[in-house]
Amino acid sequence: MSTRLANSGRLIDRSKPVEFKFNGKRFKGYEGDTLASALFANDQMMVGRSFKYHRPRGVVASGAEEPNALFNMGEGGRFEPNQRATTQEVFDGLTIRSQNHWPSLEFDIGAVNQLFARWLPAGFYYKMFIHPRPFWKHVYEPFIRQSAGLGQVPQEKDADTYEHFYYFCDVLVVGGGIAGLAAALKEGQAGKKVLLLEQTADFGGRAVVDGVEIDGKSAEAWVQETLAALNAMPNVTVRNRNMASGVYDHGYVLGYERLTDHLSDKSGPRHRLWRIRAGHIITATGAIERPLSFAGNDIPGVLLAAAVRDYVVNWGVSVGDRTVVVTNNDDAYRTAIVLKNAGLAVPAIIDARASGAGPIAAEAEKLGIRVLKGKAIAKVKGKTRVTGVKVCLQAGEGSVIEEIACDCVAMSGGWSPVVHLWSHCGGKLNWDEDLAMFRPDPSRAPTGADGKAFVSTVGSASGYLSTADVLKDAGLEVATNEVAAAPLEPVWLMPQGAGPKLRMKAWLDYQNDVKVSDVQLAAREGYESVEHTKRYTTLGMATDQGKLSNINGLAILSKSLDASIPNVGTTTFRPPYTPISLGAITGAARDELFQPIHKTPMFDWHDANGADWEPVGHWRRTYAYVRNGESVHDAVNREILNVRENVGTLDASTLGKIIVKGPDAGKFLDMLYTNMMSNLGVGKCRYGLMCNENGFLSDDGVVVRLAEDTWLCHTTTGGADRIHGWMEDWLQCEWWDWKVYTANVTEQFAQIAVAGPKARLLLEKLGGNMDLSKEGFPFMTYVEGKLGEFDARIFRISFSGELSYEVSVPASQGAALWAALQEAGKDLGVMPYGTEAMHILRAEKGFIMIGDETDGTIIPQDLNLQWAISKKKEDYLGKRAQERSFMASPDRWKLVGLETLDGSVIPDGSYVPAPGYNPNGQRNVQGRVTSTYYSPTLKRGIAMGLVKHGPDRMGEVIEFNREDGTMVKAKIVDPVFYDKDGEKQNV
Amino acid sequence: MLLLQCPYCGVNAEETELAAGGEAHLKRATVGDSDEAFEGYLFMRENKKGVHLERWRHAYGCGKWFLAARDTATLEVFGTYPAQTTEPPADVTENIRAKYPDWSWKETA
Amino acid sequence: MSNAVSALNGKTATGPVTVQELGLTGMVTLRGDFEDEGFAAAVTQLTGLQIPDVRQFQTDGVKTVLWMSPDELLVVLPYAEVNAFVAGMNDALAGSHYLVANVSDARAIFRVSGDYAGEVLGKNAPVDFEASQFVAGMVRRSRVGQVAAAYWKLDDGSFRVVCFRSVAEYVFGLMATSAKAGAVGVY
Ligand SMILES: [Zn+2]
Repeated sequence: MSTRLANSGRLIDRSKPVEFKFNGKRFKGYEGDTLASALFANDQMMVGRSFKYHRPRGVVASGAEEPNALFNMGEGGRFEPNQRATTQEVFDGLTIRSQNHWPSLEFDIGAVNQLFARWLPAGFYYKMFIHPRPFWKHVYEPFIRQSAGLGQVPQEKDADTYEHFYYFCDVLVVGGGIAGLAAALKEGQAGKKVLLLEQTADFGGRAVVDGVEIDGKSAEAWVQETLAALNAMPNVTVRNRNMASGVYDHGYVLGYERLTDHLSDKSGPRHRLWRIRAGHIITATGAIERPLSFAGNDIPGVLLAAAVRDYVVNWGVSVGDRTVVVTNNDDAYRTAIVLKNAGLAVPAIIDARASGAGPIAAEAEKLGIRVLKGKAIAKVKGKTRVTGVKVCLQAGEGSVIEEIACDCVAMSGGWSPVVHLWSHCGGKLNWDEDLAMFRPDPSRAPTGADGKAFVSTVGSASGYLSTADVLKDAGLEVATNEVAAAPLEPVWLMPQGAGPKLRMKAWLDYQNDVKVSDVQLAAREGYESVEHTKRYTTLGMATDQGKLSNINGLAILSKSLDASIPNVGTTTFRPPYTPISLGAITGAARDELFQPIHKTPMFDWHDANGADWEPVGHWRRTYAYVRNGESVHDAVNREILNVRENVGTLDASTLGKIIVKGPDAGKFLDMLYTNMMSNLGVGKCRYGLMCNENGFLSDDGVVVRLAEDTWLCHTTTGGADRIHGWMEDWLQCEWWDWKVYTANVTEQFAQIAVAGPKARLLLEKLGGNMDLSKEGFPFMTYVEGKLGEFDARIFRISFSGELSYEVSVPASQGAALWAALQEAGKDLGVMPYGTEAMHILRAEKGFIMIGDETDGTIIPQDLNLQWAISKKKEDYLGKRAQERSFMASPDRWKLVGLETLDGSVIPDGSYVPAPGYNPNGQRNVQGRVTSTYYSPTLKRGIAMGLVKHGPDRMGEVIEFNREDGTMVKAKIVDPVFYDKDGEKQNV
Repeated sequence: MLLLQCPYCGVNAEETELAAGGEAHLKRATVGDSDEAFEGYLFMRENKKGVHLERWRHAYGCGKWFLAARDTATLEVFGTYPAQTTEPPADVTENIRAKYPDWSWKETA
Repeated sequence: MSNAVSALNGKTATGPVTVQELGLTGMVTLRGDFEDEGFAAAVTQLTGLQIPDVRQFQTDGVKTVLWMSPDELLVVLPYAEVNAFVAGMNDALAGSHYLVANVSDARAIFRVSGDYAGEVLGKNAPVDFEASQFVAGMVRRSRVGQVAAAYWKLDDGSFRVVCFRSVAEYVFGLMATSAKAGAVGVY
């Protein structure tokens, strides 16, 4: 029976009872309980089933290292699987359900798996791949599906909120045990800005549980005094329930703060992810006790020795009435003494060491506890809970000497420093033979930006186990009441000569069901690398990441390989230390805040008028304005015809606008564009192409000369930042003596294209002081002045082939101008048009589009744009690249227009097959489509494409493939489908 | 996550505020240069395990490009310096040599 | 122009920390050589303020001159004065190498004020906003969440945040959410 004791329990408040639900049953606990302690108080020994064999599992540990006690927690929007009972505090209304069983925890069908354990050995998952396909479908896959995963996947949207927080400090101390407190005090007193993080709710670590006296006062009193001193320092910040989950380059650390997980009141952020930048990191992360490997060490009721004592001292619960302690070191004797002093029975301490313990043995014997030296557990008795142990000689093969009835086994195989944070950024370890542990090697610490160590360890994390040594390591010489301990004796298998039957029941990894026999099998099958063995056996790959199992597994492997433990090495420690929530990683970035959507000043109007949105870069642009009863396709066709017949307005505000100014600006733009820009007249516009140094097209747009030394460069939507950065790169890093300034003014202006035969009429209706006549305002020029009451700069440029103006006003006036145009244009039939109409209008005119006709491998010459490449210039970015033989080859695919014979639309992405196959066995090709649309103007499918020798093949009919395997015939034609002479735009 | 000090504004910027720009001190080859010279400029890049001179832009900051001498294996930073130079400055070279006495930049080797 | 509106038209989230979009505000980007006497004189002539030191700003309560980069200043002033200011700058600097651009409408400007205003900003930017570190008179360009931003702190402890106009709603939403979530309790 596990039960609540009448007294003790330093962390629980017996005046504050709470009620929670476990598998639908009401349980009682106290404030300060963890879920694990509260379950013990309610005699709930069995907490789940293992991953592979579905064996009954109980709580093993009392902290973050717990591998078994994982639960589905919460309901609905607060449901979350795999929550650890040992670190979850109980609160009123908490609901949990056990996982990995069906139909119930007590009666689980999956448990039959253990009958087939022989056929589920190490490497099971690997070996399955060798078997024929039918096995997969009918045997393995159903099995894996059924047993995959531990908890359930949440079905509802997370009801909680999360946030990030950036923090900067000189020293980060991780761990609020006595080592961490002492280290923080020392650094704080030295005037450093210190942050101390403790992952649990309270401070003091093991020292307060073990009741050590420090300089004559209790550890508890010492801890409270030190905490008070730290809290009084303005340069020290102390946070509990905040786990340092990972250490990263240059002193970056993530702290996982749990704000409401322990409260009934869930208001406010649930978790806060601290993004800490520390000058130095001191890990005072303590040590974790190791299990011993003996048959039946996974039966509920077998716990770590220190955990058994934690449950008594911290939470006032006993795991059992009769506890057998089994150990290879002195520390576990403390558990026996604590239990005995709490009025519980300890039938025996089974000490594997022939010489036994130090002075503490006498203390235990004085309390009437029987100490068996050189003995071991041959086997634990019991199925769903411990009923007794069979004792044997540690030196032997497991012949049973006697049986002892008990309901709890407290085991200790020694201690392993928690070196995770030390190791995350490359801190190296040394194997300490005497203590049988990996200890951080201070001479091989992780190094930072200055080349010096930026992580150090203190206390048990350094491998010091006594309170006096721990504090000495933290720089404090103190006197304690501790007695000298006898040396530990490494015990990796109990008994040391255990045969196959016992080894098959000696568990290393509880959650993943990896046994001693599995690791030995892996070694026999040739797995010598510890990293390979880990993956082959799944040792240490469960959600606890092998906190209890790794060292034991390593020792078994090294023995099987006849190699020393340091030669076998450890697996890599990777963040997070324990799993952190996805919500914490996401922070506030969800829903509207998931990604910044860039909105133009007219966004709200579009949204209210049927906008079908299209993401273009980070912008949202209107694809089409869909009216009632209309399909998107209908809307696009209507918008196009209206531009051709009346007038349309397009929100072109997203086009990049960059000012380039200075005495050398013309020279600079001549380098950036393939065309000449220095000779552009003031007041004039010119279409320009930009290439990268590979010669490939990277951007295009209209360049405007605003003044003698000032140009305005338009870029593609979404290209503004990139092209501005590109300009600054060349100005700062290559031509830094050229006198040129740039400014990205993209968002200063709202820009509206007004296109169609009635465009001039519409603008004239608004009035103002500008001459918009054909003669007064010729094509490819601009004017500035008042358009009605708006401060406008108007460019007479056309991307649609129609009479067209692009009106630019300060962004603050954009929404008003847009509304004014719609109002004034009512009787002219004005309609807004979206990006799809814009695309088709330009395709009808044979205008190329960056990203459609180009894909990062296309040079201007491929698109017959030689007219936009200056022959007068000695150099421009990309010119040398375009001289390369491959770029100059006549065999490059070139742009042509395509007209289907049957009027249908060539599917996007279609290719023109050519005879034969390439060396990869793929069909040869001789061309592909780049833009393909239904043209409502021409009432047929039109397309542009790149075709080998295309311009020389005018009139030839070629075939494009469709996805269904059929072909569509198209004639090669001039890419200008509409108004070939450009009469429409020049009226 | 790296921290690099921008030599223009003094900010100790973290990686999310920076944009990486590849190898530093490239010499532009162009019209009139041989195919080999152009290939070297366009494609041949150092890929060192060890000291590397590289370009960074303080993109979410002052917007300036700067150069950094960094150990790609240990992430030690030997110095950052303005981009308007054709070779690493003496103090940066000195810092590197304090760690790697035999180090020399490929262009001056 | 009577129809002019700022990005969020003065939207405000009130609480212990208040986030307020400041409405139409004049902002001018100035690029030039700070060492050049003519440039410095023009700045002082038109603003009455000196060119600030690296990552600092100068203010008289109406006009503010902020250091943005080694060759870029941001001048914040009343919206109605912008055109005259730009024209004045062009006159004063005629013939020299400089750039002046009205960016009032390209940006959104926010005031973030209240007890834990620094912590609210510290939730979304890799910047140390602790009072002793981020002092009044300081400017820092960084990011807010996923977009660029500039921060500066006034004598009254309140902050100004500037971002691009197109992402004003995102920035407001992020800061208002962080403000509503409450204090961290460390600075
Ligand atoms: Zn900078």
